Amino acid sequence: MSTYKNRCFNTITLPVLLFAIFYLISPVSNAAGSIESFEFDNAQKEDVFHDLTKQLRCPKCQNQNISDSNAELAKDMRNKTYELVQSGQSKDQVIDYMVARYGNFVRYDPPMTPATIFLWLGPLLFIMFGVWFLFRLSKRSNEQDSSFDELESQRLKDILEKETSSNKES
Amino acid sequence: MADKRRILTLLIPLIIFLMACFFLFKGLYTDPRKLESVLVGQDVPEFNSPDIYDLEKSHGTEIFKKQKLLLNVWATWCPTCYAEHQYLNQLAAEGIYIIGMNYKDNHTKAIKWLTDLKDPYKISLFDKDGMLGLDLGVYGAPETFFIDSTGVIQYRHVGDINAHNWKNELSAIYENME
Repeated sequence: MSTYKNRCFNTITLPVLLFAIFYLISPVSNAAGSIESFEFDNAQKEDVFHDLTKQLRCPKCQNQNISDSNAELAKDMRNKTYELVQSGQSKDQVIDYMVARYGNFVRYDPPMTPATIFLWLGPLLFIMFGVWFLFRLSKRSNEQDSSFDELESQRLKDILEKETSSNKES
Repeated sequence: MADKRRILTLLIPLIIFLMACFFLFKGLYTDPRKLESVLVGQDVPEFNSPDIYDLEKSHGTEIFKKQKLLLNVWATWCPTCYAEHQYLNQLAAEGIYIIGMNYKDNHTKAIKWLTDLKDPYKISLFDKDGMLGLDLGVYGAPETFFIDSTGVIQYRHVGDINAHNWKNELSAIYENME
Protein backbone atom coordinates (compact mmCIF):
# COMPACT_ATOMS: atom_id res chain seq x y z
CA MET A 1 0.00 0.00 0.00
CA SER A 2 2.71 2.39 0.94
CA THR A 3 4.71 1.56 -2.18
CA TYR A 4 1.68 2.31 -4.33
CA LYS A 5 1.33 5.68 -2.64
CA ASN A 6 4.95 6.40 -3.32
CA ARG A 7 4.65 5.57 -7.01
CA CYS A 8 1.63 7.80 -7.27
CA PHE A 9 3.45 10.61 -5.62
CA ASN A 10 6.47 10.21 -7.85
CA THR A 11 4.58 10.27 -11.12
CA ILE A 12 2.82 13.45 -10.12
CA THR A 13 5.87 15.30 -8.86
CA LEU A 14 8.03 14.69 -11.91
CA PRO A 15 5.93 16.77 -14.34
CA VAL A 16 5.36 19.39 -11.68
CA LEU A 17 9.06 19.59 -11.05
CA LEU A 18 9.80 19.80 -14.75
CA PHE A 19 7.29 22.62 -15.12
CA ALA A 20 8.80 24.43 -12.20
CA ILE A 21 12.28 24.09 -13.67
CA PHE A 22 11.03 25.18 -17.08
CA TYR A 23 9.44 28.32 -15.70
CA LEU A 24 12.47 29.06 -13.59
CA ILE A 25 14.81 28.82 -16.54
CA SER A 26 12.80 30.47 -19.27
CA PRO A 27 12.87 34.08 -18.00
CA VAL A 28 16.62 33.77 -17.59
CA SER A 29 17.16 32.58 -21.14
CA ASN A 30 14.87 35.33 -22.40
CA ALA A 31 16.88 37.91 -20.57
CA ALA A 32 20.07 36.52 -22.11
CA GLY A 33 19.06 37.73 -25.58
CA SER A 34 19.99 41.36 -25.21
CA ILE A 35 17.41 43.93 -26.15
CA GLU A 36 18.99 47.01 -27.59
CA SER A 37 17.23 50.30 -27.32
CA PHE A 38 17.70 52.81 -30.07
CA GLU A 39 16.42 56.32 -29.72
CA PHE A 40 15.35 58.19 -32.79
CA ASP A 41 14.91 61.85 -33.64
CA ASN A 42 11.50 61.16 -35.09
CA ALA A 43 9.03 58.37 -35.80
CA GLN A 44 9.81 58.39 -39.51
CA LYS A 45 13.46 57.51 -38.90
CA GLU A 46 12.37 54.76 -36.56
CA ASP A 47 10.14 53.30 -39.29
CA VAL A 48 12.97 53.44 -41.79
CA PHE A 49 15.25 51.68 -39.32
CA HIS A 50 12.76 48.88 -38.60
CA ASP A 51 12.07 48.46 -42.30
CA LEU A 52 15.76 48.23 -43.08
CA THR A 53 16.63 45.75 -40.35
CA LYS A 54 13.86 43.50 -41.68
CA GLN A 55 14.99 43.88 -45.30
CA LEU A 56 18.70 43.33 -44.74
CA ARG A 57 19.94 39.79 -44.55
CA CYS A 58 22.65 38.71 -42.14
CA PRO A 59 25.65 37.28 -44.05
CA LYS A 60 26.71 35.18 -41.07
CA CYS A 61 23.50 33.42 -40.09
CA GLN A 62 22.20 33.17 -43.56
CA ASN A 63 18.47 32.83 -43.35
CA GLN A 64 17.80 35.56 -40.86
CA ASN A 65 17.45 39.26 -41.28
CA ILE A 66 19.60 41.51 -39.15
CA SER A 67 16.69 42.34 -36.90
CA ASP A 68 16.12 38.68 -35.95
CA SER A 69 19.71 37.60 -35.70
CA ASN A 70 21.72 37.56 -32.52
CA ALA A 71 25.05 37.22 -34.32
CA GLU A 72 27.72 39.76 -33.47
CA LEU A 73 27.85 40.79 -37.10
CA ALA A 74 24.11 41.44 -37.21
CA LYS A 75 24.51 43.61 -34.12
CA ASP A 76 27.24 45.62 -35.84
CA MET A 77 25.07 45.99 -38.90
CA ARG A 78 22.13 47.16 -36.79
CA ASN A 79 24.35 49.71 -35.08
CA LYS A 80 25.67 50.91 -38.42
CA THR A 81 22.16 51.09 -39.86
CA TYR A 82 21.06 53.12 -36.84
CA GLU A 83 24.03 55.43 -37.22
CA LEU A 84 23.33 55.99 -40.92
CA VAL A 85 19.59 56.49 -40.44
CA GLN A 86 20.21 58.94 -37.60
CA SER A 87 22.62 60.91 -39.78
CA GLY A 88 19.73 61.39 -42.21
CA GLN A 89 20.52 58.82 -44.91
CA SER A 90 17.63 57.47 -46.92
CA LYS A 91 16.61 53.82 -47.12
CA ASP A 92 18.26 53.36 -50.52
CA GLN A 93 21.48 54.95 -49.33
CA VAL A 94 21.73 52.54 -46.40
CA ILE A 95 21.00 49.56 -48.66
CA ASP A 96 23.66 50.76 -51.11
CA TYR A 97 26.10 51.11 -48.25
CA MET A 98 25.56 47.49 -47.16
CA VAL A 99 25.55 46.15 -50.74
CA ALA A 100 28.89 47.89 -51.39
CA ARG A 101 30.36 45.81 -48.56
CA TYR A 102 28.47 42.52 -48.56
CA GLY A 103 27.07 42.33 -52.08
CA ASN A 104 23.51 41.73 -53.19
CA PHE A 105 23.45 38.83 -50.77
CA VAL A 106 22.36 41.21 -47.99
CA ARG A 107 19.19 42.15 -49.84
CA TYR A 108 16.06 40.12 -49.44
CA ASP A 109 14.75 41.90 -52.50
CA PRO A 110 17.45 41.25 -55.11
CA PRO A 111 17.74 43.55 -58.14
CA MET A 112 17.68 42.41 -61.75
CA THR A 113 21.25 41.62 -62.81
CA PRO A 114 22.68 39.38 -65.56
CA ALA A 115 23.02 36.62 -62.94
CA THR A 116 19.41 36.84 -61.77
CA ILE A 117 17.70 37.75 -65.03
CA PHE A 118 16.48 34.19 -65.54
CA LEU A 119 14.65 34.33 -62.23
CA TRP A 120 12.74 37.37 -63.44
CA LEU A 121 12.16 36.36 -67.03
CA GLY A 122 12.00 32.59 -66.50
CA PRO A 123 8.35 32.45 -65.39
CA LEU A 124 7.35 34.77 -68.24
CA LEU A 125 9.19 32.54 -70.74
CA PHE A 126 7.48 29.47 -69.31
CA ILE A 127 4.05 31.06 -69.67
CA MET A 128 4.81 32.17 -73.22
CA PHE A 129 6.06 28.70 -74.10
CA GLY A 130 2.95 27.15 -72.59
CA VAL A 131 0.63 29.46 -74.55
CA TRP A 132 2.54 28.73 -77.75
CA PHE A 133 2.35 24.99 -77.07
CA LEU A 134 -1.40 25.10 -76.39
CA PHE A 135 -1.92 27.16 -79.54
CA ARG A 136 0.01 24.62 -81.62
CA LEU A 137 -1.90 21.77 -80.05
CA SER A 138 -5.33 23.23 -80.77
CA LYS A 139 -4.32 24.18 -84.32
CA ARG A 140 -3.19 20.63 -85.00
CA SER A 141 -6.37 19.09 -83.65
CA ASN A 142 -8.38 21.47 -85.86
CA GLU A 143 -6.41 20.30 -88.88
CA GLN A 144 -7.01 16.70 -87.92
CA ASP A 145 -10.73 17.38 -87.56
CA SER A 146 -10.98 18.82 -91.08
CA SER A 147 -8.99 15.98 -92.70
CA PHE A 148 -11.26 13.53 -90.93
CA ASP A 149 -14.22 15.42 -92.34
CA GLU A 150 -12.98 15.20 -95.91
CA LEU A 151 -12.60 11.43 -95.84
CA GLU A 152 -15.65 10.75 -93.81
CA SER A 153 -17.95 13.21 -95.50
CA GLN A 154 -17.41 11.36 -98.76
CA ARG A 155 -18.37 8.11 -97.10
CA LEU A 156 -21.30 9.77 -95.40
CA LYS A 157 -22.47 11.16 -98.69
CA ASP A 158 -22.28 7.71 -100.30
CA ILE A 159 -24.24 6.12 -97.49
CA LEU A 160 -26.86 8.82 -97.60
CA GLU A 161 -27.22 8.50 -101.33
CA LYS A 162 -27.67 4.76 -101.01
CA GLU A 163 -30.22 5.29 -98.29
CA THR A 164 -32.30 7.75 -100.28
CA SER A 165 -32.21 5.56 -103.40
CA SER A 166 -33.32 2.50 -101.44
CA ASN A 167 -36.07 4.56 -99.84
CA LYS A 168 -37.32 5.64 -103.25
CA GLU A 169 -37.39 2.01 -104.40
CA SER A 170 -39.54 0.96 -101.48
CA MET B 1 10.27 15.87 -91.28
CA ALA B 2 7.21 15.94 -89.08
CA ASP B 3 8.62 12.99 -87.13
CA LYS B 4 11.90 14.75 -86.57
CA ARG B 5 10.13 17.81 -85.17
CA ARG B 6 8.04 15.60 -82.95
CA ILE B 7 11.14 13.97 -81.51
CA LEU B 8 12.72 17.37 -80.90
CA THR B 9 9.60 18.57 -79.09
CA LEU B 10 9.62 15.45 -76.97
CA LEU B 11 13.27 16.10 -76.08
CA ILE B 12 12.51 19.51 -74.55
CA PRO B 13 11.44 18.13 -71.13
CA LEU B 14 14.54 15.94 -71.08
CA ILE B 15 16.77 18.91 -71.80
CA ILE B 16 15.09 20.94 -69.04
CA PHE B 17 15.49 17.98 -66.69
CA LEU B 18 19.20 17.63 -67.50
CA MET B 19 19.75 21.36 -66.98
CA ALA B 20 18.04 21.17 -63.60
CA CYS B 21 20.22 18.16 -62.73
CA PHE B 22 23.34 20.09 -63.66
CA PHE B 23 22.52 23.01 -61.39
CA LEU B 24 21.32 20.89 -58.49
CA PHE B 25 24.39 18.67 -58.75
CA LYS B 26 26.65 21.71 -58.76
CA GLY B 27 24.77 22.93 -55.68
CA LEU B 28 25.81 19.80 -53.79
CA TYR B 29 29.44 20.84 -53.95
CA THR B 30 29.25 24.56 -53.33
CA ASP B 31 29.25 25.87 -49.82
CA PRO B 32 26.48 28.47 -49.47
CA ARG B 33 28.27 29.96 -46.50
CA LYS B 34 31.15 31.05 -48.71
CA LEU B 35 30.27 34.38 -50.17
CA GLU B 36 32.23 36.06 -52.89
CA SER B 37 33.58 39.41 -51.85
CA VAL B 38 32.23 42.40 -53.73
CA LEU B 39 35.48 44.20 -53.00
CA VAL B 40 37.48 42.07 -55.42
CA GLY B 41 38.96 44.40 -58.02
CA GLN B 42 38.61 47.43 -55.76
CA ASP B 43 41.01 49.41 -53.62
CA VAL B 44 41.18 48.66 -49.94
CA PRO B 45 38.68 51.16 -48.43
CA GLU B 46 40.04 54.17 -46.58
CA PHE B 47 40.53 53.45 -42.91
CA ASN B 48 42.35 54.46 -39.79
CA SER B 49 43.11 51.65 -37.42
CA PRO B 50 45.39 51.41 -34.38
CA ASP B 51 48.43 49.16 -34.19
CA ILE B 52 47.84 46.29 -31.78
CA TYR B 53 51.15 46.82 -29.98
CA ASP B 54 50.85 50.58 -29.79
CA LEU B 55 47.28 51.80 -29.71
CA GLU B 56 48.46 55.41 -30.09
CA LYS B 57 49.95 54.62 -33.48
CA SER B 58 47.54 54.27 -36.36
CA HIS B 59 47.71 52.81 -39.85
CA GLY B 60 45.90 53.68 -43.06
CA THR B 61 45.77 52.38 -46.62
CA GLU B 62 49.43 53.34 -47.23
CA ILE B 63 50.51 50.02 -45.66
CA PHE B 64 48.95 48.15 -48.60
CA LYS B 65 50.78 50.05 -51.31
CA LYS B 66 54.31 48.73 -50.92
CA GLN B 67 54.16 45.08 -51.95
CA LYS B 68 51.70 42.28 -52.57
CA LEU B 69 50.52 40.76 -49.33
CA LEU B 70 47.94 38.81 -47.41
CA LEU B 71 45.58 40.52 -44.98
CA ASN B 72 44.53 37.94 -42.43
CA VAL B 73 41.48 38.53 -40.23
CA TRP B 74 41.68 36.66 -36.94
CA ALA B 75 40.47 36.62 -33.35
CA THR B 76 41.20 34.69 -30.20
CA TRP B 77 37.54 33.59 -29.97
CA CYS B 78 37.92 31.74 -33.25
CA PRO B 79 39.14 28.13 -32.95
CA THR B 80 39.89 27.82 -36.66
CA CYS B 81 42.25 30.78 -36.37
CA TYR B 82 44.24 28.82 -33.81
CA ALA B 83 44.65 25.95 -36.26
CA GLU B 84 45.54 28.37 -39.02
CA HIS B 85 48.11 30.28 -37.00
CA GLN B 86 50.87 27.68 -37.24
CA TYR B 87 50.60 27.60 -40.98
CA LEU B 88 50.73 31.40 -41.16
CA ASN B 89 53.96 31.25 -39.14
CA GLN B 90 55.32 28.92 -41.76
CA LEU B 91 54.23 31.15 -44.65
CA ALA B 92 55.78 34.17 -42.94
CA ALA B 93 59.02 32.22 -42.54
CA GLU B 94 58.93 31.51 -46.27
CA GLY B 95 58.94 35.25 -46.83
CA ILE B 96 55.29 36.00 -47.48
CA TYR B 97 54.28 39.42 -46.25
CA ILE B 98 51.23 39.11 -44.01
CA ILE B 99 49.32 41.87 -42.30
CA GLY B 100 47.09 40.79 -39.42
CA MET B 101 43.79 42.27 -38.44
CA ASN B 102 42.55 41.36 -34.99
CA TYR B 103 38.76 41.44 -35.30
CA LYS B 104 36.38 42.25 -32.44
CA ASP B 105 38.61 40.88 -29.75
CA ASN B 106 39.97 41.38 -26.28
CA HIS B 107 43.25 43.29 -26.45
CA THR B 108 45.02 41.46 -23.63
CA LYS B 109 44.07 38.04 -24.99
CA ALA B 110 45.19 39.05 -28.47
CA ILE B 111 48.61 40.19 -27.26
CA LYS B 112 49.01 36.98 -25.26
CA TRP B 113 48.12 34.96 -28.36
CA LEU B 114 50.74 36.71 -30.45
CA THR B 115 53.40 36.30 -27.75
CA ASP B 116 52.64 32.64 -27.07
CA LEU B 117 52.07 31.42 -30.62
CA LYS B 118 54.62 33.63 -32.39
CA ASP B 119 53.65 36.58 -34.52
CA PRO B 120 53.61 35.99 -38.30
CA TYR B 121 52.35 39.50 -39.03
CA LYS B 122 54.54 42.35 -40.26
CA ILE B 123 51.87 44.78 -39.10
CA SER B 124 48.97 44.02 -36.79
CA LEU B 125 45.82 46.10 -36.88
CA PHE B 126 43.43 46.18 -33.97
CA ASP B 127 39.78 46.42 -35.05
CA LYS B 128 38.02 46.47 -31.70
CA ASP B 129 34.53 47.50 -32.86
CA GLY B 130 34.63 45.58 -36.14
CA MET B 131 34.04 48.67 -38.26
CA LEU B 132 37.09 48.11 -40.49
CA GLY B 133 35.79 44.56 -40.80
CA LEU B 134 32.41 45.93 -41.86
CA ASP B 135 34.05 48.13 -44.50
CA LEU B 136 35.87 45.08 -45.83
CA GLY B 137 32.72 42.96 -45.86
CA VAL B 138 34.15 40.59 -43.26
CA TYR B 139 31.48 38.26 -41.88
CA GLY B 140 33.55 35.93 -39.74
CA ALA B 141 37.03 34.81 -38.95
CA PRO B 142 39.35 33.66 -40.34
CA GLU B 143 39.24 35.44 -43.65
CA THR B 144 42.20 36.36 -45.82
CA PHE B 145 42.39 39.06 -48.45
CA PHE B 146 44.95 38.85 -51.24
CA ILE B 147 46.04 42.41 -51.99
CA ASP B 148 48.41 43.40 -54.79
CA SER B 149 51.16 46.03 -54.56
CA THR B 150 48.84 48.81 -55.75
CA GLY B 151 46.45 48.16 -52.87
CA VAL B 152 43.77 46.45 -54.97
CA ILE B 153 41.99 43.43 -53.48
CA GLN B 154 42.41 40.49 -55.84
CA TYR B 155 40.83 37.68 -53.88
CA ARG B 156 39.15 36.89 -50.60
CA HIS B 157 39.49 33.47 -48.97
CA VAL B 158 36.90 32.48 -46.37
CA GLY B 159 38.04 29.95 -43.79
CA ASP B 160 41.50 28.86 -42.77
CA ILE B 161 44.57 28.69 -44.94
CA ASN B 162 46.21 25.29 -44.64
CA ALA B 163 48.93 23.35 -46.43
CA HIS B 164 46.34 21.67 -48.63
CA ASN B 165 44.44 24.66 -50.00
CA TRP B 166 47.57 26.81 -50.14
CA LYS B 167 49.32 24.33 -52.41
CA ASN B 168 46.27 23.56 -54.51
CA GLU B 169 44.82 26.97 -55.21
CA LEU B 170 45.87 29.86 -53.03
CA SER B 171 49.61 29.96 -53.77
CA ALA B 172 48.81 30.26 -57.48
CA ILE B 173 46.56 33.26 -56.79
CA TYR B 174 49.31 34.81 -54.69
CA GLU B 175 52.00 34.17 -57.31
CA ASN B 176 49.85 35.65 -60.06
CA MET B 177 49.45 38.96 -58.25
CA GLU B 178 51.83 41.78 -59.09
